Amino acid sequence: MTTLGTRPPETTPPAPPPTGAAPSPSPLRRVGPWLLNGYAGAVVFILFLPILVIILFSFNDPVGKFNFVWKGFSLEAWQDPFKYEPLVDAMIVSLEVAAVSTVISAVLGTLIAVALVRYRFTGSGATNTFLVLPLTTPEVVMGASLLTLFLDLNWATGFWTIVIAHAMFQISFVALTVKARVRGFDWSLEDAAMDLGATPLRTFLRVTFPLILPGVVAAAMLSFALSMDDFIITLFNSGNEVTYPLFVNNAAKTALPPQINVMATLIMLASLVVIGLSQIYTRWRTRG
Amino acid sequence: MGDEGVEPEESATAVAAAGAGSRDTIELDRVTKTFGDQIAVNDVGFGIAEGEFFSLLGPSGCGKTTTLRMIAGFEVPTSGSIRLAGADVSHVPPYKRNVNTVFQHYALFPHMTVRNNVAFGPRSKKVPKADARSRADEVIRVVRMEDFADRKPGQLSGGQQQRVALARALVNYPTALLLDEPLGALDLKLRQAMQLELKRIQREVGITFVYVTHDQEEALTMSDRIAVMSEGRVEQIGSPTEIYDAPATVFVAGFIGQANLWPCTVVGARNGTTSVEALGATLTAPSDEASPEGEATLMVRPERVRVSATDPRPAPGVNATVTDLVFQGPVIRLALAAADGSEIVAHVGSDHDLPFLRPGDEVTASWDTGAGRVLPGRPPAMDADDYFDEELAEDWESAPR
Ligand SMILES: Nc1ncnc2c1ncn2[C@@H]1O[C@H](COP(=O)(O)OP(=O)(O)OP(=O)(O)O)[C@@H](O)[C@H]1O
Ligand SMILES: [Mg+2]
Repeated sequence: MTTLGTRPPETTPPAPPPTGAAPSPSPLRRVGPWLLNGYAGAVVFILFLPILVIILFSFNDPVGKFNFVWKGFSLEAWQDPFKYEPLVDAMIVSLEVAAVSTVISAVLGTLIAVALVRYRFTGSGATNTFLVLPLTTPEVVMGASLLTLFLDLNWATGFWTIVIAHAMFQISFVALTVKARVRGFDWSLEDAAMDLGATPLRTFLRVTFPLILPGVVAAAMLSFALSMDDFIITLFNSGNEVTYPLFVNNAAKTALPPQINVMATLIMLASLVVIGLSQIYTRWRTRG
Repeated sequence: MGDEGVEPEESATAVAAAGAGSRDTIELDRVTKTFGDQIAVNDVGFGIAEGEFFSLLGPSGCGKTTTLRMIAGFEVPTSGSIRLAGADVSHVPPYKRNVNTVFQHYALFPHMTVRNNVAFGPRSKKVPKADARSRADEVIRVVRMEDFADRKPGQLSGGQQQRVALARALVNYPTALLLDEPLGALDLKLRQAMQLELKRIQREVGITFVYVTHDQEEALTMSDRIAVMSEGRVEQIGSPTEIYDAPATVFVAGFIGQANLWPCTVVGARNGTTSVEALGATLTAPSDEASPEGEATLMVRPERVRVSATDPRPAPGVNATVTDLVFQGPVIRLALAAADGSEIVAHVGSDHDLPFLRPGDEVTASWDTGAGRVLPGRPPAMDADDYFDEELAEDWESAPR
């Protein structure tokens, strides 16, 4: 109050007294939600447009070798999705690479995450920092330096070098994702298990692991996807092996049959099914 | 507070007493635990007899949980040793010790049913599945949770989770059960019910209970013996009555129940009584071999203080002025100011024969010689609570009416 008193007297006239009627909402108030919803809808539409185009063009009846222009509806590609053998081979290679590298990275990434959250050890700070690097370093740099390493070691590039390259960034990804989950873990549960006579191994297998499993599964699924669609790092380290993204990239120069779209749509459907199943599983678990 | 240098002797005698007694289920021998340069538990020693309900009582951070965790095996003592049933287990991991813990937040496995939570113990000890199940069901019956055996912990109330935690800890037939503030998360009513329930279960199973709490009432009502801890040290060990009636230190006197603690000077001891100067008078209190000399503290429980209003009797007493009167239901809390300004608190029961008193009245406060205790060291400085009360009272008096 004292500070108010030292101020010069107010010169502006007092606000007009409120009119008798209730203040009507400003026009912006009424249009606002519509604007917001419309904007959000547009953004979502633009995000999903490429996917819709891919699905749509899997039903195209293309002219010539390229599937760029809509000509007419056809189920031909869907009736024979595995018509082009190299395409199928490339898909199989991609699935194999992703499966192997995901298993490796899920195991190692989870162990790293648990160790980093649970224990303070010399080098844990450095490990935390190095963990982020594979995800933040430009892929060109990663790919090129890995290739240099393999050349130095005199390793022939191929299936296993792709697996190693993928596992490298997948481990980081899994470790960071699982770490977030493990951080909320109640470690007194481990104390309780050991108190009841469980060895450290049994404690991990029966208590710790089942409880962090949902986080591990989610991380593994996402890192599987990372492996499936990796292009740049794979390009450097693939040798004669051709993964699905590499195949599509090559095909874009010579021929793009709609089967590519069919296969992309199938992958998408498969991942939707997996996500749906995991949702059902989570709900079933929490319901008990 | 601990720099008066009295506690070391105290705990040393406690250690000696524990060592000399019959074979105890749990023995701690000069146990110290440090975290970095922080001493969490400092030279603690005691023994716990079989079937005893033993409480660790003390304020937050005094090392109760750390002591319990060392008995359970989650922490290794920095020095000293721990024996369970006579065997040194200081470096034995928790899963090889035959004691079980009820954790403060229960630590039930959220992904297992009640039955599987309880059967986890025997299963870990390689008991066949069917036997483990029947043992689990048996203990679940003891804690009266048989209707909830197929639920998961998330579907149980706090009190029910508490029972499951208890069942899970009992199912391995441990030599001792360790409980870390097991009722801390429950509301008052449930807490009191569970206190009785715990005592019933302890009687039924006949297992040694080591019970950690910072609630003195809980410790007093449930325990056979209590170890009062402060700043990592054991201040006193004894039965609830011993601790209440004959506290060994100023800390114990102040922590358990309410106490008048006055600074005093010991002027002489004779025939089992000590004469002290306090409150501007010469008073007497019983003495024993541990009685201090010189600067000390005189303690009298408020309910032992008698207040008489009319003609001061010839009996030894202290002249004082009434400063405050609070009706507290069963007792009236009287605050008096002695001649030297010290505050005397008296709890007067409903059967008092006092005339109507007001602030400013002259009275005489007295007590039986046996009610006083001379404790080593000076009383603690006035704590924040008292200070606050006084300010409030001044505000109240100066406020316009
Ligand atoms: N793992 C640890 N690392 C470092 N310091 C610790 C650790 N555990 C306990 N301490 C310290 O040791 C002291 C005693 O802790 P403790 O948990 O035994 O207290 P407490 O008596 O159980 O207290 P409360 O009633 O709050 O549970 C505290 O000062 C605490 O900060
Ligand atoms: Mg504690």
